[in-house]
Amino acid sequence: MTDQPGLDPTYSDLLNEFPQAVELEARPGFTGVVVLTSALIDVMTYLRDRKGYDYLSSVTAVDDFPEDKLEIVYLLFKTTGGGIIELKVFTQRDEPVVPSITPLYQGAEFQEREVWDLYGVKFTGHPDLRRLLLWEGFSGHPLRKDWKEPFYEEEVKPFKTRWPEGKGVRSENLNPFKDNVQYPRDFDPNTYEPDADRSVYKLLESQIPAETGDFKVDHLVVNIGPQHPSTHGVFRMAALLEGEKVLALKPVIGYLHRNHEKIGERNTFVQNMPFTDRMDYLSSMSNNFGYAITVEKLLGVKPPERAEYLRVMMAELTRIASHTMAIGFLLNDLGAFFTPSLYALEERELILDIFESVAGSRMMCNYFRFGGVVRDIPEETLKSVKKLVEDRLPRKVDDLDRYLTDNEIVRVRCEGIGVLTAEEAIAYSASGPILRASGVPYDIRKVDPYSIYDRLEFDVCYRQHGDVYDRYLVRLDEIRQSLRILKQVINQIPEGPIMTGKVQYMVKVPAGEAYGRVEGPRGELGFYVVSDGKPNPKRYHVRAPSMINTTSLEKMCVGGKIADAVTILGAVDVVLGEVDR
Amino acid sequence: MEANQDLYKPGYEIPEELRQQVTITTLERIYNWGRSNSMWPMMFGLACCAIEMICTAASRYDFSRFGMEVMRPSPRQADVMIVAGTVTKKMLPQIVRLYNQMSLPKYVLAMGACACGGGPFKEGYNVVPGIDTYIPVDVYVTGCPPTPQGLLNGLLTLQKKIKMEQMKETGWYSKEPVVEVPIPILGPDVYDPRKSDLIYTETHKPEVLSTEESTMEGESK
Amino acid sequence: MNGLGLVKGLALTFKHFFSTYVADIFGGKNSIRRRGTIDADGLFTIQYPEESVVIPEEFRVIPFLVYTLGEDGQRKYRCTACGICSKVCPTQCIWITRMKDPETGKPITSSQEFYIDVDKCMNCGTCAEFCPFDAIKMDHDYRIASYTRGETHIYPKPQLGKPLEYYAKIRPLNYAVEEAERAAKAQPRQ
Ligand code: SF4
Ligand code: SF4
Ligand code: SF4
Repeated sequence: MTDQPGLDPTYSDLLNEFPQAVELEARPGFTGVVVLTSALIDVMTYLRDRKGYDYLSSVTAVDDFPEDKLEIVYLLFKTTGGGIIELKVFTQRDEPVVPSITPLYQGAEFQEREVWDLYGVKFTGHPDLRRLLLWEGFSGHPLRKDWKEPFYEEEVKPFKTRWPEGKGVRSENLNPFKDNVQYPRDFDPNTYEPDADRSVYKLLESQIPAETGDFKVDHLVVNIGPQHPSTHGVFRMAALLEGEKVLALKPVIGYLHRNHEKIGERNTFVQNMPFTDRMDYLSSMSNNFGYAITVEKLLGVKPPERAEYLRVMMAELTRIASHTMAIGFLLNDLGAFFTPSLYALEERELILDIFESVAGSRMMCNYFRFGGVVRDIPEETLKSVKKLVEDRLPRKVDDLDRYLTDNEIVRVRCEGIGVLTAEEAIAYSASGPILRASGVPYDIRKVDPYSIYDRLEFDVCYRQHGDVYDRYLVRLDEIRQSLRILKQVINQIPEGPIMTGKVQYMVKVPAGEAYGRVEGPRGELGFYVVSDGKPNPKRYHVRAPSMINTTSLEKMCVGGKIADAVTILGAVDVVLGEVDR
Repeated sequence: MEANQDLYKPGYEIPEELRQQVTITTLERIYNWGRSNSMWPMMFGLACCAIEMICTAASRYDFSRFGMEVMRPSPRQADVMIVAGTVTKKMLPQIVRLYNQMSLPKYVLAMGACACGGGPFKEGYNVVPGIDTYIPVDVYVTGCPPTPQGLLNGLLTLQKKIKMEQMKETGWYSKEPVVEVPIPILGPDVYDPRKSDLIYTETHKPEVLSTEESTMEGESK
Repeated sequence: MNGLGLVKGLALTFKHFFSTYVADIFGGKNSIRRRGTIDADGLFTIQYPEESVVIPEEFRVIPFLVYTLGEDGQRKYRCTACGICSKVCPTQCIWITRMKDPETGKPITSSQEFYIDVDKCMNCGTCAEFCPFDAIKMDHDYRIASYTRGETHIYPKPQLGKPLEYYAKIRPLNYAVEEAERAAKAQPRQ
């Protein structure tokens, strides 16, 4: 990324302001500054209040095993645009303690909980440091390099048992319990007392207001999900109600935690590509895109022109498919059961047909490679994209608009619901349509253009009210803008190769780190990849927009009615595969 | 499955002259025909596969053509549970509970590689290697994800299975209470109460061989 | 005005409903074939078991091994047991045992055993992409529902094998390109 001469002036300011506590990252390939743990809060406050770095993009950790070191990495941006500021804090591996920055940036709340869950880093001053993805009582912190899962085979892929002496063995047959489990020594299942979510309920009950006057009110804890038709998957909201009013609400996630990052650190770089498909499974092409540009940053390759166009084409088609589905399902949550989503799904099917004929699969495209795309678009398909973009989709979007936008039920149920002001949206690190509906015109395609977006004409769609209705409108506008981009792409797409060099199955990635981000349909989709020169990434972290957007869910729901919580969740448009990873 | 073929033979020859007017069938056949064409799936999605399940329910593939359009979020009203997606350990107790709450006759269709046998994420620490470790599964549809047509094919396979069932073999008219599947508990790792003893012996083995080492030894074999 | 939204919504539904008939009656004889495609108007459903969606060439389900039949009726697999597919497979669900010469014990370029665990396979197509011998390809057959799992979901070599003609049938364009390359490679040596 940034090399020494072109150092971001903010870094020099930081070095001048905190000469004792801040120093530049010295390892080759790495950027940013290393901050002393004790000065972290001061540095953050300085950056936020004096330098305008109001947007905390991501908090994560890197395990430096076998060295006795854990790094906590903070990535900051300005919502007015501009480059990245990267802070690192080092701490020891046993009993790591770092001050929490949640009081400064509320958006760090879930991310710090995730780091606690997966790395065991204690954040002092965090309001609610519980496990996020796993359950209370789970033994160990699984993303640590020395933690081994029950089906552990070898440190890295490819496994040696597969060839040349492969025996078709299931991992279950090697486990004494014939299942994917392991227990600590001296674990006695007969006397074990499970936590059974007591910690959540305790937390909710602590929010019950003290009784005032002689009017007695009963409070009720209600769990919505994990199996509920309106939670878009296995999402759970534990809510404390007074009548119909929500007094407190805690999202409980992790029901689809598939250990993406642990598996990703075992995979080779190429092998991760199909896994990214399954993360945000409604927009696999965007995930491919994000991962591809991140690794390309490390590799220093650039895809040829035609591949760039194809990439943008696929990413925008994905956005349309995903947004139509989001709108359809939002209406589902409003009670218009299934009919609008049927219309939405119809259009999505047609887009999926295009993916199927280009990439081979409807949802799990696995289409991008480092330095290009895997195959060219057939002539036929290009024609149908053209037809779809120029004729059918605009018509259908207008249909949706005409029938839904002014519908009185939609308006009554959506206007003024789940309001998030611009300041709050930024503080909660919301991104994508949520952030833009709150009046912050922050679109990575514009503020930090990647691929060929700087050459394409489109507007950033944003609205002012920050409610559910505006989020719906932003999505609708974005579909139109995507169509506009697509028209340009189809008309300008050049002939030529689709790969730089040859696709290799063992890419040699130089040591270093890279953070690449794209504007996915749900917001800033970032990949933080650290390589130590080996065929496998040392750290593979995904900044999942859905997960970080749920941080603000509590804020949006509290004070409203319980029936609106479902609508708000629908407007956040979570995809659980990405929330939990 | 094939042994049941003669289920549909009424064992009575219709006289030649009546063949056009009268059909004879077995009660079994009518009963199964009715059942297999009114299966209500549970509206229950776990992961990526659930999206394909929704697509199957949507207009292009439209499984209401087979009497399955009534997707019920409540397990009490559902006949078939389509386990669509990755079963994680954290979700497992809920799935088993949902299964227990379904009333007989109930069927389970494991959709996708994940539900069948762990899928691509099998090696992860939070993934159950196949839902059939805990609840019985009738039809497996692998694929990642199975396309809507693949799922439809699976549902038709399930219908075929139902058509081969015999009333006296199925248990749901008996007076005996239904045996529930014990709900797994989230401890240091998920554990099945049925396996408590095994877990106890394994974790209290006198040798220094902890569970972790024993897995590693298994690998090197 | 209250109720207008309802009327509008119903109008959309009715439009959709009637356009099916309009398309069917005035659309000529291809109107049914257009269902579920970009040109569809109204009804969108494909009556699955009787008709099915046209599967594009690149569609992928489970991989299969390409073989040709020798004169003696023996299957000659293209696979040389080079192991690349098992190395690139993201889920590591391919197991290969290389054949050994029974006398010298030296490895020969053919696979003794070849397993794919379809319970882990993510249909990603990586194996087919990187196989240097065009020996493993992605199948189109999605009708793979089964009543049992157990060992039957680890496909052994005989089950994975499909003839070359089948491959040529499901992927004609790819096949043509590959054959052309083969021919071009074979030419200069002669
Ligand atoms: S089988 Fe594949 S598509 Fe289905 S849930 Fe698992 S990973 Fe997702
Ligand atoms: S890459 Fe091709 S030739 Fe090599 S082992 Fe796999 S299938 Fe056989
Ligand atoms: S399709 Fe993918 S997961 Fe399946 S065998 Fe091939 S490389 Fe492995």
